[in-house]
Amino acid sequence: MNGWDELARLSLEHFALVGAALAIALALGLPLAVLLTRHARARRATLAAVNVVQTIPSLALFGVLLPIPLIGGVGKRSAIVVLALYALLPIMRNAVVAIVGVDRGVRDSALAMGMTPRQILRRVEIPLALPTILAGIRIATVATIGTATIAAAIGGGGLGTYIFRGIATADLSTVLAGAVPAALMAIVMDEVMEWTERRFSY
Amino acid sequence: MLAGIDLTLERGETLVLLGASGVGKTTLLRMTNRLVEPSAGEIRFDGKPLRDWDPIALRRRMGYVIQDGGLFPHLSVARNVGLVPELEGWPAQRIAARVDELLDRVGLEPAQYRARRPRELSGGEKQRVGIARALAADPPVLLLDEPFAALDPVTRFEMQRQFRALQQALDKTVLFVTHDLREALALGTRIALLAHGRIDTLGTPREFRAARSAQALAFLRTLEEQAA
Repeated sequence: MNGWDELARLSLEHFALVGAALAIALALGLPLAVLLTRHARARRATLAAVNVVQTIPSLALFGVLLPIPLIGGVGKRSAIVVLALYALLPIMRNAVVAIVGVDRGVRDSALAMGMTPRQILRRVEIPLALPTILAGIRIATVATIGTATIAAAIGGGGLGTYIFRGIATADLSTVLAGAVPAALMAIVMDEVMEWTERRFSY
Repeated sequence: MLAGIDLTLERGETLVLLGASGVGKTTLLRMTNRLVEPSAGEIRFDGKPLRDWDPIALRRRMGYVIQDGGLFPHLSVARNVGLVPELEGWPAQRIAARVDELLDRVGLEPAQYRARRPRELSGGEKQRVGIARALAADPPVLLLDEPFAALDPVTRFEMQRQFRALQQALDKTVLFVTHDLREALALGTRIALLAHGRIDTLGTPREFRAARSAQALAFLRTLEEQAA
């Protein structure tokens, strides 16, 4: 197979892994974060649990998932599950901290003006928290692009394929063929997200 | 801790809650729009106990201004002022006209201020916008929690003067919290001095000047100090 074709295919695969994982993490993490801003006790417990997940080495987490049916096993599905779990923490923590941290006087005024909790969330809390929420998504995106290289270890594909192949054959240039495009992808996404963040700052 | 407080606000009057910091003035104010619920006792608005009021409907009838304005930093001056009318479903054109009218009333040139963000405003301008916002849907009652306390003396004096003129023109029922006797005397039709969780002295500014309770005298001495 042509080398460039393979690079393009694996890059795309890598991007798809990251995209799917982030989509899941956002779909779960953001609503959950909003709920947690309403319950202080559940907030502490949940963030602690998500924190623990973060401390598990990613390779070990892939291993843990291998025997679990449906979400585990070898292949893309378990890779996406693991990556989503990792992306959850920065997304949720930033969203929770940003919403809880909205200025008390501003929240009080909104309440005193006769806004309903839903209106306060939609019109005041989320817009004010948005730059910080986006910063969390940016951190999650960049980290996930890096972690996704490990997905190749359990047959998830992506740019990690080059890295593991290079390690197995002690061939530095093959390792770099995976590492450099992954780093570039991270840098580009970082820039794109930072630009988005600035657009929503106030 | 507040106890044994019995106050009646007359329509159109400005009742000033005066007292030292931490005496419960703000708590009392926040009970009138149900931001705080009293542990005992009853407050009535328009003859109906507050707990029978829908909090949203109640708050829409009471404009609220706090010390630093509490403006929404992500919204323009116009959107801040027009928010309650917007929530009430006014048509856009009517909101725009109302915003301009109110900015005019509080001494801000609409064309110049409409599009500004709160961070581009001085302290005095923020409070003007805050007052315009509180008046937006024409509520019969205004609740003001030390609205001018953070302003420099010159701006504060000017704001007090204009507020009095505004009050005479609009005829709102006002509950005004302050720790500044001078401000209380200048703006209040009646002054309620809060001390030790109860009302120590209640009366018109003239009556207050003649009050002889220890707490009232302590406040009155601040006037002599400033005059000397």
